[in-house]
Amino acid sequence: MSRIAGRIATLLVSLAGLLFVTFALGRLLPVDPVLAVVGDRAPPDLYAKVAHDMHLDRPIAIQFALYAAAMARGDFGQSSSTGQPIMSDIARFFPATLELATFAIVIGVGLGIPTAVFCVRHAGRLGDHLGRIVSLLGLSIPVFWLGLVGLLVFYAKLGWVGGPGRTDVAFQYSVPVVTGLAVVDAMLSGDWAAVQDALSHLVLPGGILGLVAFGYVTRMTRGFLLWQMGQDYVTVARLKGLSEAAILWRHALPAATGPVLTVILWTYAYLLEGAVLTETVFAWPGIGLYVTQSLFAGDVPAVLVGTLVIGAVFMLINQCGDLVQAALDPRSRAR
Amino acid sequence: MAWLTTDTPQTRMQARLGSVYRGVRLLLGGAVGRLGSLFVAAFIAVALVAPLLPLADPGAQDLAARLQPPGGSHWFGTDAFGRDIFARVMLGTRPSLFVALAVVSLSAPFGLILGAAAGVFAGPAERGLMALTDVFMAFPRLVLAICAAATLGAGVETAILAVAATGWPAYARIARSEASSLRGSEFLQAAQALGSSRWGMLIRHVVPLCVPSAVVRAALDAATVVLIVAGLSFLGLGVPPPTPELGGMVAAGRDTIFEAWWVSTFPGIAILLLSLGFNMLGDALRDLVDPRTR
Amino acid sequence: MGTIDVLAGSPPFSPLLEIAGLHVRFDGAAGQAAVRGVDLTMGRERLAIVGESGSGKSASVRAVLGLLPSSAVVTADRMAFRGEDLLAVGPNRLRALRGRRIAMVVQDPRQGFNPVRTIAAQLREMLMLHGDAGRGGKPTRDQLAAMLDAVHIRDPERVLTQYPHQLSGGMAQRAMIAMMLAGKPDLLIADEATSALDVVVQQQVLALIDEQVTLRGMGLILISHQLDLVARFADRTLVMYAGRVVETLTHRRDAHPPRHPYTRGLLACRPTAADLGRDLPTLTRDPAWLA
Repeated sequence: MSRIAGRIATLLVSLAGLLFVTFALGRLLPVDPVLAVVGDRAPPDLYAKVAHDMHLDRPIAIQFALYAAAMARGDFGQSSSTGQPIMSDIARFFPATLELATFAIVIGVGLGIPTAVFCVRHAGRLGDHLGRIVSLLGLSIPVFWLGLVGLLVFYAKLGWVGGPGRTDVAFQYSVPVVTGLAVVDAMLSGDWAAVQDALSHLVLPGGILGLVAFGYVTRMTRGFLLWQMGQDYVTVARLKGLSEAAILWRHALPAATGPVLTVILWTYAYLLEGAVLTETVFAWPGIGLYVTQSLFAGDVPAVLVGTLVIGAVFMLINQCGDLVQAALDPRSRAR
Repeated sequence: MAWLTTDTPQTRMQARLGSVYRGVRLLLGGAVGRLGSLFVAAFIAVALVAPLLPLADPGAQDLAARLQPPGGSHWFGTDAFGRDIFARVMLGTRPSLFVALAVVSLSAPFGLILGAAAGVFAGPAERGLMALTDVFMAFPRLVLAICAAATLGAGVETAILAVAATGWPAYARIARSEASSLRGSEFLQAAQALGSSRWGMLIRHVVPLCVPSAVVRAALDAATVVLIVAGLSFLGLGVPPPTPELGGMVAAGRDTIFEAWWVSTFPGIAILLLSLGFNMLGDALRDLVDPRTR
Repeated sequence: MGTIDVLAGSPPFSPLLEIAGLHVRFDGAAGQAAVRGVDLTMGRERLAIVGESGSGKSASVRAVLGLLPSSAVVTADRMAFRGEDLLAVGPNRLRALRGRRIAMVVQDPRQGFNPVRTIAAQLREMLMLHGDAGRGGKPTRDQLAAMLDAVHIRDPERVLTQYPHQLSGGMAQRAMIAMMLAGKPDLLIADEATSALDVVVQQQVLALIDEQVTLRGMGLILISHQLDLVARFADRTLVMYAGRVVETLTHRRDAHPPRHPYTRGLLACRPTAADLGRDLPTLTRDPAWLA
């Protein structure tokens, strides 16, 4: 129990740290935030009034406290480029990233675990080397580059998949938004053509991120399985007369379910970052694209809040992963 | 050779060189280690000698020869300004390697020493450090670097600082766990009995033992940093033009990707191979250093 | 070099285990080979192998079982179990022998069991592999409890439901012995089986091994670094140093006293009441022993 409390405390401290960093970065702007609002030619009393409204005349500590309080309330301010409340922008964009990441995870785990098992079965031999190199490849690919190449080959040359964006213009407004996940919404609306369209757009960016996820999952799972196979109880299992295959499937792999669950969670977090670049290349309206678009529009508040949200989700998922890992070990359960 | 592999080294230097020699042989014994070392060595060589090679001028614009496909005098073709892509890729390895090495040289020693100190001294120092690393490790690296670039201004220094600031905790974690397992060791007690100060003990005895894991981490970290920095440059937040930089070159080719595939493709392959080289090297080193995967 | 000691006056037997000229070395390791010419012949008797760490005692038996890492290079003039030539068979046959004909108990029983499965599950797995019940259906709870009962574990029902880390060292080792004997093997190897236990429990476990081996008419190889401990239970003791058997001790009343200086040094190092007030003797190694 105290462990969980410790983890929650760590999470809160990390969030506070993230909050502080975004606050500090916001204040370190070379641009005068008041001028950004009132313009160059504002009279001094208007300038003073806006400065007061933005709390810029209060001590730094108070400013941070007010900032933190506003964040806690969910009041993230307005985007200077879209004019909308930032929070509603983010709520609109987030599901797209979720859809992308989930698709990638399914591919990553679906391919990654069998590959890891294959590597361990052929440990030290050619199969293992090949598997290792392939998974390392997944981790070394610059996703933005692969996205471009993928679009070139599979969209422009072969026409197998849809182009940038989430859906074709034709379907843009015909499918009611329920979950925010394009494929799910299309399925719910019963429009088969819309489902196909949504999938054809999802396949390429999702597949590319899936490659990254595959690399990550394979490496972690292979490492864990190899570690298990080196344990004393595996030696004893061999002494019992069990075959290597039986040991792998009946002992090492079941022991891996906990760590694999943890790896899945960590991969989600890892993909959040990769999504930023992929979304930029594919014009995929997710939170990563939101951050980069705001960046190019000079909309600093939006960038800061976007970073905050991505960072917070990242932290939350990682902590959950740590928790799951600790919870599934019977040695800690029994205590 | 026999001098290096002898069972009875006569000096400390001989013993050290001997174990380095054995380590290098093991590293190059496996395919992954060999390929990784080859790639990294090749890139370092290219980065070092590229300015001296008889390449085309990377900045020379020749608008009559813009967007030429690979072939003839332009092995990788030309870009939208008629510049030779092969030369630009060769020179583009320099900033990528430089930034990767800069980041690692900042974050690794800092994290290593901090972590080793926490592991050895224990108590509130250790707990404080763990909390600090937890907080810093929780930050998403690329996103924070983007945020930093948005506020502090895009550029190499910002990128290096932002990426290094999120990278040091990994080294600290590893060093701390190694150092804390050494904490009760007899050789440390002996050193203390001989009058060694705690910091002296740390620097002379504990830190050297934590270096191998830090090296493994550095190789893997370099792979990640290469990708992050390339991503930043792709977004226009890294090395500014006209300096050839691999990520920026991929971005430059984006508009013409369908007509002139070579502009983005070759720099991207270079990024891939560089990152892959570091990853393979790190993976092979890890097999050497981590007793669990032996 | 090794010696082969035939017990005078005993009926001729076909050896259970024969090893001649066994060499084991590890690829890539500097220095001498782990095992440098070991000869061993035993019947259904109790053999102890004693030596310090690195003497090659564990490596020798693991070579027989085919359990050395892939970097190990094993050569021998002869290696046979119950007359079957182990050098000629493949790894599948060796695997078939393990657990069924040759069993081994290792040092730390709590690490030797799978930490996330109950004792019952692991015993059951062994019975289904090798026991008589394996040819029928699933072993019953009673059969599992009987296995634990045979090694004098009180309250076997409760132990069956527990996880390895919940057992004491002695209890876990008993359960391990029960598990390893389930296949009714001909030869039991105890590799430092008591080294992780405290003194009182050590004696109990050794007595248990002794009892089971007698009951079932098995051969026993006791590997240890503690000469005193195993000598009491063994018919013969091989003393190993640096990969070779330097001496064979028989524990009959008319046996000759130890001849090799290493053995004599080991025996002299044991503290006795007579040493009160004097410096304890230490063992000085002669490099000539490495030859």
